[in-house]
Amino acid sequence: MATHNTAFPRELEDEAIYILREVAAQFEKPVLLFSGGKDSITLVRLAQKAFYPAKIPFPLLHVDTGHNFEETIRFRDELVEELGLELIVRYVQDSIDQQKVVEETGKYASRNVLQTVTLLDAIEEFGFDACIGGARRDEEKARAKERIFSVRNDFGQWDAKKQRPELFDMLNGRISLGENVRVFPISNWTELDVWNYIREEQLAIPSIYYSHERETFERDGQILPYSSFMMVSEDEPVSTRMVRFRTVGDMTCTAAVESTAIVIEDIIAEILSATVSERGARIDDKRSEAAMEKRKQAGYF
Amino acid sequence: MDVLKIATAGSVDDGKSTLIGRLLFETNSITTDKLEAIMASSKKKGLDYVDLSLLTDGLIAEREQGITIDVAHIYFSTPKRKFIIADTPGHFEYTRNMVTGASNANVSMILVDARNGVVEQTFRHFYISCLLRIPNVVVCVNKMDLVDYDQTTFEEIKNAFMDFAEKVRFPGQEISFIPVSSLYGENLVHQSAHMPWYNDAPLLSLLEAIPLEQHLSEEPSRFPVQYVVRPKSEEFHDYRAYAGKVASGLLRKGERVVVLPSGQETTIARIEKFGREIEAAQAKESVNVMLQDDVDISRGDMIVPLSQLPQQSRQLEATICWMDKKPLRAGSTYLLQHGVNTSRAKVSALSNLIEVVTLGADSTVSELKLNEIADVQLKTAKEVFYDSFAENRANGAFILIDEGTNSTVGVGLIK
Ligand SMILES: Nc1nc2c(ncn2[C@@H]2O[C@H](COP(=O)(O)OP(=O)(O)O)[C@@H](O)[C@H]2O)c(=O)[nH]1
Ligand SMILES: [Mg+2]
Repeated sequence: MATHNTAFPRELEDEAIYILREVAAQFEKPVLLFSGGKDSITLVRLAQKAFYPAKIPFPLLHVDTGHNFEETIRFRDELVEELGLELIVRYVQDSIDQQKVVEETGKYASRNVLQTVTLLDAIEEFGFDACIGGARRDEEKARAKERIFSVRNDFGQWDAKKQRPELFDMLNGRISLGENVRVFPISNWTELDVWNYIREEQLAIPSIYYSHERETFERDGQILPYSSFMMVSEDEPVSTRMVRFRTVGDMTCTAAVESTAIVIEDIIAEILSATVSERGARIDDKRSEAAMEKRKQAGYF
Repeated sequence: MDVLKIATAGSVDDGKSTLIGRLLFETNSITTDKLEAIMASSKKKGLDYVDLSLLTDGLIAEREQGITIDVAHIYFSTPKRKFIIADTPGHFEYTRNMVTGASNANVSMILVDARNGVVEQTFRHFYISCLLRIPNVVVCVNKMDLVDYDQTTFEEIKNAFMDFAEKVRFPGQEISFIPVSSLYGENLVHQSAHMPWYNDAPLLSLLEAIPLEQHLSEEPSRFPVQYVVRPKSEEFHDYRAYAGKVASGLLRKGERVVVLPSGQETTIARIEKFGREIEAAQAKESVNVMLQDDVDISRGDMIVPLSQLPQQSRQLEATICWMDKKPLRAGSTYLLQHGVNTSRAKVSALSNLIEVVTLGADSTVSELKLNEIADVQLKTAKEVFYDSFAENRANGAFILIDEGTNSTVGVGLIK
């Protein structure tokens, strides 16, 4: 619950640019994990600034669950086109077809957990040694424990008890063969910082962040987007609501909020008065108290 | 909008995590979903109160054991400033994580349990705060509710702390004391009604008023080259710039500079931020620097003003905090990373193992174990361009990396 709006602290941008330049200097095959959400859009902007006037020296990787908001995919393709970026897409559906993972079933089925396998396969396929992600420490209690350079073993696993000391601004990206590093340049940003940055930089974002009409239904006190990927039971009537999304994830596990925000200032005002956190709208975090830590142990970012 | 970075310190169970949780609670910084989750967990643990330490103790192992193992970073803001708090572990065993959290702090917030007074970890953490030259120390004498909010207890702890502090503090370091109860929120955001004898501001007001370090821009300017930008595109065919973050001081266009290690002199022709020209870059700003002359520069080189050269040497003397299970021994070789410059380094001598409580120093040291502090002499393969840590925090520290495991095994503060 951020109760005070403040200008974007520019030192956070300088820090993130420094981190991105360290990645380019220390690693041979970095990649930027791009979901089409606001945090990864922010990362793309930061990467542009870090290397300007040269091109961003690494590709983008989107792990596509197949359960996307089509607005996000359209936005992604336009951004890649406009900035001349290289985009790699790998599909969870392929991992399912290759029987590497089994589709979850039932009312709460989601591909959010499955995407870790697709991600790890992509890392191996391309030999990525650093994966840049837009995770922030303020999002979630396990993420609050992350380093900026987070070393993962051959299986992509996070070992919270064996994290490298990270002193001052010195980043140690040395790894053994098979290991990789997850890099979080906006670790120290809050949700509000991201929105203030988007506003000050006038960045375009997918339309689903703004209020729009959508077919929705209620479940466990949350408003969920209706889609063909979801099992909706008879006692969950579908109706049209004016909503927006605070975070963009797999469609099956991202809840909407009722909203009339049509410009970014409205969004910021809503966040300032919100009493629920951003990840409060993520059903994937609610599976258990330690859902995030367990997913990170399994190679999630 | 400025950002104040705080690191907690103090022994285990002195109430660090509870204090952070309560501070966030009282400033309305905890969203209802997070608060509900904490309430549910407290209940599950059979507690009859809401355990706000669960806000920062986010790991499964931490919640099971009720302790902090690794640093958690917590964010909140007031109309005055943005705060980043590193909540650190109190156990000796996890000292290296405490050092990680404290290394970037402007403020070290040391908690003391009013019932126990200053204990070994209080000394150790204060000592480390001084080593890291953290300019502000706020000592929170906590759990005042358990000593009937007694003024004498507070004063005694303050005196005991200062007896020690006077021996290790550095000139200019501010130390303040405040009696609090984290569990009940006394003297955190509002003045406590239980302690009318304490007339100074509550903790939050104190933290809002702490001045940020101004001296960074007054220090000699140091520009470590991080990355060379060469687009080689049609539009920017001849573009060549040196990207980096100003470590300290003010980098000005038109200034005569020297490039180290080559020693070549040149002038700063242009400073850019995302293509936009700026006249000067301040400490911590990430910029592109272009030089008048064609000089050979690569990552790890340093651009410095002709008038203010750093030390330049292959021999370093430093105080080391050791962070690895495998001890440091004289004769061992490591990778030394000083900012963005890396060199092989060999430990040539080890001395003065610090005994934190008595401040005695054992001069004959054969090895340095996990979490121990001692002086070392190092020989480096490449030249290092440094200032003493006491004079310039941003250019006076390095880390040591074990080439076998790639782990960061120690931090050094150059004398
Ligand atoms: N009575 C009382 N108990 C406190 C106070 N602050 C913390 N505690 C308790 O002391 C224990 C340790 O607190 P914790 O925050 O985990 O300490 P840490 O190890 O320093 O992070 C917990 O049981 C807290 O509830 C206080 O001001 N008064
Ligand atoms: Mg704690």
